[in-house]
Amino acid sequence: MNIDAIRTGIVIDHITAGSGMRLYELLGLESLDCSVAIIKNVHSDKMGKKDIIKIDADIPLNLDVIGYVDPGVSVNFIRDGKLVEKRSIEMPETLTNVIFCKNPRCITSCEQELKHVFKLTDRKNKVYRCLYCETKAN
Amino acid sequence: MRHLIDILDFSPEELQELIDTANDIISNPAKYSEVCHGKKLATLFFEPSTRTRLSFEAAMLELGGNVIGFSEAQSSSASKGESVADTAKVISCYADIIAMRHPKEGAPLVAAMNASIPVINAGDGGHNHPTQTLADLLTIYREKGKFDHLTVGLCGDLKFGRTVHSLISALSRYEGLRFVLISPEELKVPSYVKKEILKAKGIPYVQTTDLEGAMPELDILYMTRVQRERFFNEEDYLRLKDSYILTPDKLENAKSDLSILHPLPRVNEISVAIDDDPRACYFKQVLYGKYMRMALILKLLKEADRL
Repeated sequence: MNIDAIRTGIVIDHITAGSGMRLYELLGLESLDCSVAIIKNVHSDKMGKKDIIKIDADIPLNLDVIGYVDPGVSVNFIRDGKLVEKRSIEMPETLTNVIFCKNPRCITSCEQELKHVFKLTDRKNKVYRCLYCETKAN
Repeated sequence: MRHLIDILDFSPEELQELIDTANDIISNPAKYSEVCHGKKLATLFFEPSTRTRLSFEAAMLELGGNVIGFSEAQSSSASKGESVADTAKVISCYADIIAMRHPKEGAPLVAAMNASIPVINAGDGGHNHPTQTLADLLTIYREKGKFDHLTVGLCGDLKFGRTVHSLISALSRYEGLRFVLISPEELKVPSYVKKEILKAKGIPYVQTTDLEGAMPELDILYMTRVQRERFFNEEDYLRLKDSYILTPDKLENAKSDLSILHPLPRVNEISVAIDDDPRACYFKQVLYGKYMRMALILKLLKEADRL
């Protein structure tokens, strides 16, 4: 399979196989005009199989989304054909307007202007809870 | 700015400080009768709760302060669509401290994030009710003289009972405690409370449906009401509401120094025949709630440099 090398853009690597599409959706990549490639089930010596996303533009990315969906993913920033920065993304302490509280008793259910904020309450088990009502994120 | 939104906002040392202040108020009420002169408490009650509102208002009046506010959403700007954030900003211009009750979970936290004065959570839906826990803690302390090495029975609606969850959270910070969780199958303590508080801290607990069987080992029995307003389904409420009714015969095997608590109001889960039993503490608990609210108002006003 042949995917062109990126001159200026972002490569999201070491995505757990199967999580690529969810990241694509949560990052809102479908709304971009540039080329975006999702490569699924790529062979990896370390992971067995992995997904990769290549974005052919230098766009602002919400790294918290990546850390929430798949901590451990690496994000490579490419400029003029060279790797200028490589970041390993950990689980963020808070998530703002990434996921939404579904508790009908939560204040966010009736006040539309409120940001939906979730806090990491259990790193080991990857548990996020709504800042306001403490309902666990699904 | 310090607020009280969740009982865990205060350390055990700070809770002890409140208990010491409350005890001092009980011993020397005259010393505190004018300390809040010229200060205003705003009681913002977006859902009716006469008991809690009157407790806050009595607390502020006994400190020499004044009270403004509303007792239902219909008489507030919320009925015109004002947000909790805006309400908090506006009331900050009128009062020195806010006590807020709201049917939506997290509303007092939103108020605290936007107010420039201290906010006290006076109950947010089925979520938190930290000042009830303050009342519970002072009652336990005055009855037992300690919080550690007690067997605490919690009985009734342990699923929706926010006072139960808050009390477990608060007591889980003391040593040697053991919980006996007595409820129908459908109203058991939520798994996250067991997993994230009891199991995480290695606190021993048993779950049972048998109140009488558990009775002999209890130092504290905390009874709760099955609350109609927490059910989406009336049938479930009717089926479960009379699961536990404490009557004198059920206390036959109880310890002589058992303390019976209840956050009130009760419906029928504690027989009135128990009211004269020296082990019944639930009306004292109401009184202690007022003293703890007085201590809390003092602490938060002092920390906000408003006293």
